[in-house]
Amino acid sequence: MQFIEEANKKALEMMQKAQPTLVGMGIAGDVVPGMHKKLVMHAGPPITWEKMSGPLRGAVIGGLIYEGLAATPEEAEALAQSGEIEFDPCHHHNSVGPMAGVTTYSMPVFIIENKTEGNFAYCTQNEGLGKVLRYGAYDQSVIDHLKWMEKTLYPILKEAIEIHGPIDLKNMIAQSVQMGDEVHNRNKATTSLFIRELASSIVKTNSSQEDQVKVFDFLNSNDHFALNLSMPAAKATMDPLGKIEHSSVVYTMCRNGTEFGIRVAGLGNRWFTAPAEIIDGLYFPGYSMDDANPDIGDSCITETMGIGGFAMATAPAIVQFVGGTPQDAMNFTTQMYEITLEESESYKLPPMNFRGSPTGIDIRLVIETQIRPVINTGIAHKEAGIGQVGAGIVYPPMKCFEDALECYVGLLEEEGMLA
Amino acid sequence: MSVQELFKKELKVVNMGLESFYEELKGQAVPAIHVDWKPAAGGNAKMVSLLGRLKGK
Repeated sequence: MQFIEEANKKALEMMQKAQPTLVGMGIAGDVVPGMHKKLVMHAGPPITWEKMSGPLRGAVIGGLIYEGLAATPEEAEALAQSGEIEFDPCHHHNSVGPMAGVTTYSMPVFIIENKTEGNFAYCTQNEGLGKVLRYGAYDQSVIDHLKWMEKTLYPILKEAIEIHGPIDLKNMIAQSVQMGDEVHNRNKATTSLFIRELASSIVKTNSSQEDQVKVFDFLNSNDHFALNLSMPAAKATMDPLGKIEHSSVVYTMCRNGTEFGIRVAGLGNRWFTAPAEIIDGLYFPGYSMDDANPDIGDSCITETMGIGGFAMATAPAIVQFVGGTPQDAMNFTTQMYEITLEESESYKLPPMNFRGSPTGIDIRLVIETQIRPVINTGIAHKEAGIGQVGAGIVYPPMKCFEDALECYVGLLEEEGMLA
Repeated sequence: MSVQELFKKELKVVNMGLESFYEELKGQAVPAIHVDWKPAAGGNAKMVSLLGRLKGK
């Protein structure tokens, strides 16, 4: 129908023309809309404490200890159950968070502006691998590391970004997809480009050489550091679509470890949810599917924008991390063209003869073809505090798309658009 | 060309739908390609009807 095609054309134009740019850093309590001292933001669609999975509960406990709202895990749990703490998706606050996605008042965040539309997105700094909050760990070493990130890493990066000036993340991502990153689970090139871009400004900051060395060593040791830049870049790109009436393009996909949720441009802030699936992939030695938590994290905002699993063809090395063969990676990308409306004008994939990555998931195409968006992802242990146990491939439940299509048609009928 | 004539010639087959037909031909060394075709919405009548509403059917 003409009006649907016109709405989708507008949505795709917004995606193609977006200019996500790193413009600074701040403390969540100062810059994230709606943030307050008793708010814990989390990944995925809305969820109550009672329904949270192990890693999300663990991250909430860690967040409350980090904020000084609780002294022990027991105190934190009691506080979380008391009703005194508000839980709300990062997505409701222009934010995204990897894995558990827990973001609290004092945490530093990157500030990304979509220069085309003037909207902002926020994301914490990536903690690295091992025992980390985003996988639900909350012991003293986790809290100490978060405090180092707040007191040393953040002031240096914030000042360095001020010295450097805004960094064009669209350009950086476009470069890294030509350097073997798909920019969800392989961020080695993007992280390297970020360090290269910011290096001279870090050296110019008013900080000790000792701290600067620690910052460089940390950035160099963490191949995923730039994930927390590509995610808010995708968020800033996709958020404006939520105001386009009648568009059938998906503008949010995310998981809270219990449920998967999607939002569709023409349906605004309505969530369509279904139980999150267990990830098929490569498990670290000593772990198996029995240890896995269901799918968790906001990081599939990258797939929503058309990178990550959608751009796997450009990242053949990633199959050693998520399983499969380089041909599988090519097949995943090729298949995603079936459920998307355009090819990216910016993110060009060399192994696909520089074809643009598949862009703009249309719920009509997902239902018609029965092809679900492919997501590559880390796997969290189902118990809090153990951490990552593998990585692999996962899909959103088809029910999310079926319910969305039913609601979409119903809304159009109510408005008399289908007469 | 009649069907009789067709089967007297070397067959080159395009198979759509059930992959087992393609596998059988391949097993008999008959040149064949498989098209991964499925009915719209996997045959889910409710979804087919909703998609139809959007196509003005």
